[in-house]
Amino acid sequence: MNPTDLANQATATAERALALAAEARRMAEAVAPAVAHGAQQAEPFLLLLTIFLLACFVGYYVVWNVTPALHSPLMGVTNAISSVIVVGAILAAGLGDSWAAKFFGFLAVTLASVNIFGGFLVTRRMLSMFRKKG
Amino acid sequence: MAHTLSTLAYLVAAVLFILALRGLSHPETSRRGNLFGMIGMGIAIVATLFRPGIEFSGLLLVLAGVLIGGGIGAVVANRIQMTALPQLVAAFHSLVGLAAVFVAAAAFYNPESFGIGTPGNIHGGSLVEMSLGLAIGAITFSGSLIAFAKLQALMSGAPILFRFQHWLNLGLGILLLVLVIAFVATGSGLLFWLIALLAFALGFLLIIPIGGADMPVVVSMLNSYSGWAAAGIGFTVGNLLLIVTGALVGASGAILSYIMCKGMNRSIINVLLGGFGSDAGAAAGSAGAGDGPARPVKSGSPEDAAYIMKNAGKIIIVPGYGMAVAQAQQVLREMAELLKKEGAEISYAIHPVAGRMPGHMNVLLAEANVPYDEVHELEEINPEFGEADVAYVIGANDVTNPAAKTDKSSAIYGMPILDVERAKTVFFVKRGMSSGYAGVENELFFRDNTMMLFGDAKKVTQQIVQALQK
Repeated sequence: MNPTDLANQATATAERALALAAEARRMAEAVAPAVAHGAQQAEPFLLLLTIFLLACFVGYYVVWNVTPALHSPLMGVTNAISSVIVVGAILAAGLGDSWAAKFFGFLAVTLASVNIFGGFLVTRRMLSMFRKKG
Repeated sequence: MAHTLSTLAYLVAAVLFILALRGLSHPETSRRGNLFGMIGMGIAIVATLFRPGIEFSGLLLVLAGVLIGGGIGAVVANRIQMTALPQLVAAFHSLVGLAAVFVAAAAFYNPESFGIGTPGNIHGGSLVEMSLGLAIGAITFSGSLIAFAKLQALMSGAPILFRFQHWLNLGLGILLLVLVIAFVATGSGLLFWLIALLAFALGFLLIIPIGGADMPVVVSMLNSYSGWAAAGIGFTVGNLLLIVTGALVGASGAILSYIMCKGMNRSIINVLLGGFGSDAGAAAGSAGAGDGPARPVKSGSPEDAAYIMKNAGKIIIVPGYGMAVAQAQQVLREMAELLKKEGAEISYAIHPVAGRMPGHMNVLLAEANVPYDEVHELEEINPEFGEADVAYVIGANDVTNPAAKTDKSSAIYGMPILDVERAKTVFFVKRGMSSGYAGVENELFFRDNTMMLFGDAKKVTQQIVQALQK
């Protein structure tokens, strides 16, 4: 094989490699936004889902430990804390300038507040009645 | 930075909520637990109010809502009678459900506040979560309203049944799913409200076939739903505190429903399909009992009962919902005090489904100043009936019926019961010979060691108290 042929072959290979690299780059660029977007969307959701499932387990074990005598207060407390939805309601009423969002936010804050105060206070009333012998 | 701070505050609140539930493992720690819950809620609210971007006008709006709602809640909580607790809890559940609907609506009209997109262009995933929170919230709302109406006797406790009911519910459920898919695809406001309406209707239809006596299961189940609704909203607005709390509440309600179903030996499906526990069942049962010749029962006077109990060493009192209806708990405790002075050992036996919500009977007894260490659960007390001289059954019926253990054809077969028949003498305080809500005749009435005390629970017990005082 003479040197000229070798040089030509090398040039051709290099050109092919260049073309492939360009192709690869084009593809990577096309995919990148989708990947970035996917990561942005999927990761927080997976994180929240993880927290949710772990909390289900915590709830399961904690609630089985509640003495049956206190199942009514348990409902009172869970009812009160489920009104933590007030956090979403406050953001809706306090942020932004959509009148509809403010209106619904205000209604939700009011309803959740009935529950928060009502739930904790009625539970306190119930628990204050449970006294020991003597 | 501000965001990190509020997230940390939410984490603290979540931990405090878990501690609040943890405290309920014993009456001694429960009051502190409740306090933890209140502090956690306070932290969550304050942390949210200090988030950047909350304007002064918004702050005023929130404050107004808290004052109005909180005022109503505080007044109701302090005035409510403990017998009315189940309907209060049902009403509270409906409010959580409605609040979830409103927060979903707010998130729909102003998604920027929650960083989930712009109006008309909300992320697909967020729409899924939003529609879940919305639908569960709406079902919780209307379902709880029906439960409230039944418990408050605003509507009959009898199951409302009609043909093709379950097919209708199934059809509506599928339609709801289709609407959710269409909503996620289009993000249309009309579909948002259609989902809300359909879910309202579904909640209503799901609860009307369930009888009044199955309300403990329904109330627990709606408790669970209110948790899942909060968790759904938590996913929508990306808030970890809502998700954690929703999961805790959801799990709690689910466990309570399971315990209630086990207490009746019925599957949750069986309860939900409904038609059981009609108020009419009792009437039908007593008519059925009239078919054959009347079987002899032994009945006695309050004075007889007082005499026997005065000489008893160990007495177990079995209260049921009838005691609460007759408001007999105070006078019952008086009777127990007098008997203790006569040297008797008193304990109370509580069936898991006594009352109209889980643990209701314990609260009613505690209100009448019965010490909680005299009150025992079924598994705990059952071995003791054999040593008891007297079992005093007041306002309970089905939960003492031995047919549940032996008669496979009985409607209550397999239900765990209190073994009162093993006591030397059994007193039954009852108005008449009618059956319990399951429509089943109680074998115990005809036993040799049973003495019926016919009359109103409160009056009979009062007469016993008078006889004891002589």
